[in-house]
Amino acid sequence: MLFTATQSLVFFGTISLTTILIRFLPFILFPENKETPQYITYLGRVLPYTIIGMLVIYCLKDISFTETPYGLPEAISIAAIIVLHLWKSNTFLSIGAGTVIYMLLVQFIF
Amino acid sequence: MNEKTKALRAALPYTIPVLTGYMVLGTAYGILLSSKGYSFLWSALTSLFIYAGSMQFVSISLLAAGFHPLYACFLTLMVNARHLFYGISMLSEFQGTGKKKPYLIFGLTDETFSLLCSAKAPAGIDKGWFMFFITLLNQIYWVCGSILGSIVSSLFHFNTMGIDFVLTALFVVIFINQWKSTGNHIPVLTGLCASVLCRIIFGSSNFIVPAMIAILIFVTVFQNKIESRNT
Repeated sequence: MLFTATQSLVFFGTISLTTILIRFLPFILFPENKETPQYITYLGRVLPYTIIGMLVIYCLKDISFTETPYGLPEAISIAAIIVLHLWKSNTFLSIGAGTVIYMLLVQFIF
Repeated sequence: MNEKTKALRAALPYTIPVLTGYMVLGTAYGILLSSKGYSFLWSALTSLFIYAGSMQFVSISLLAAGFHPLYACFLTLMVNARHLFYGISMLSEFQGTGKKKPYLIFGLTDETFSLLCSAKAPAGIDKGWFMFFITLLNQIYWVCGSILGSIVSSLFHFNTMGIDFVLTALFVVIFINQWKSTGNHIPVLTGLCASVLCRIIFGSSNFIVPAMIAILIFVTVFQNKIESRNT
């Protein structure tokens, strides 16, 4: 351990409390018993549709198109997921097959 | 069957992709933390009380930078800023969940948020308990994974390389479902394009906050246009 036990507690405690604060902040600012401003309600409706795309890009953020394998395993697996999901609409099949394809690609081909 | 058991049984299938992802990533986290000399107790504690996967990984690299709690606080704000969006999106969903509400808010990770966005409680199932069990099961997977990683660090023989892609796959599938569920594709495209642009401009480690700001500006400026197409 690089830190003493007390230092570790303070260190991880800070991260824990800061995370909790961020997660609770919207609910503290806009409590149930007060009417939420229309603009915030609008954001609440529209943001979920924007964030999932952001999460997809977040997962793919470390891909490099200038170095091997040029993001090919990800591109092939995601294409497979899209085709499978539009065709069969089966969540488990799409996620399971996509993951297996990706694992095979990175372990045996790229 | 009582209300809670029914909700638990309804919630369980939705969490299976997260079970896979969290067990694997949690194990990786446990292995990394124990490599820094921390026992499984620390893995359990951090996964119980921080419960934010990417930040927990970042915290391990911070350990090497010396004891700077203020810097840790600042970095947590940056890495976890996206949770503000999750909270705003769940303001009305979590309404009326009573005593379960604080835990629903505490456990709102990327994966739990994305499940709560897409999975709706089936008819006859209490919505509050349904959301509660999705959140609770996910955290159980995460905590178990990280304890497992600390204990069996070197016993793994199965080549799991690439299995963390299961979470990417989950997000892609939810993305497709969202795309099909609405005729108004402006918000979905906004999130995607803003993130890609900011990733190119700001690099892989600093693009989330600029992307959030870009998304906010766009949906605010075009509020009338987006709302009129929602009908």
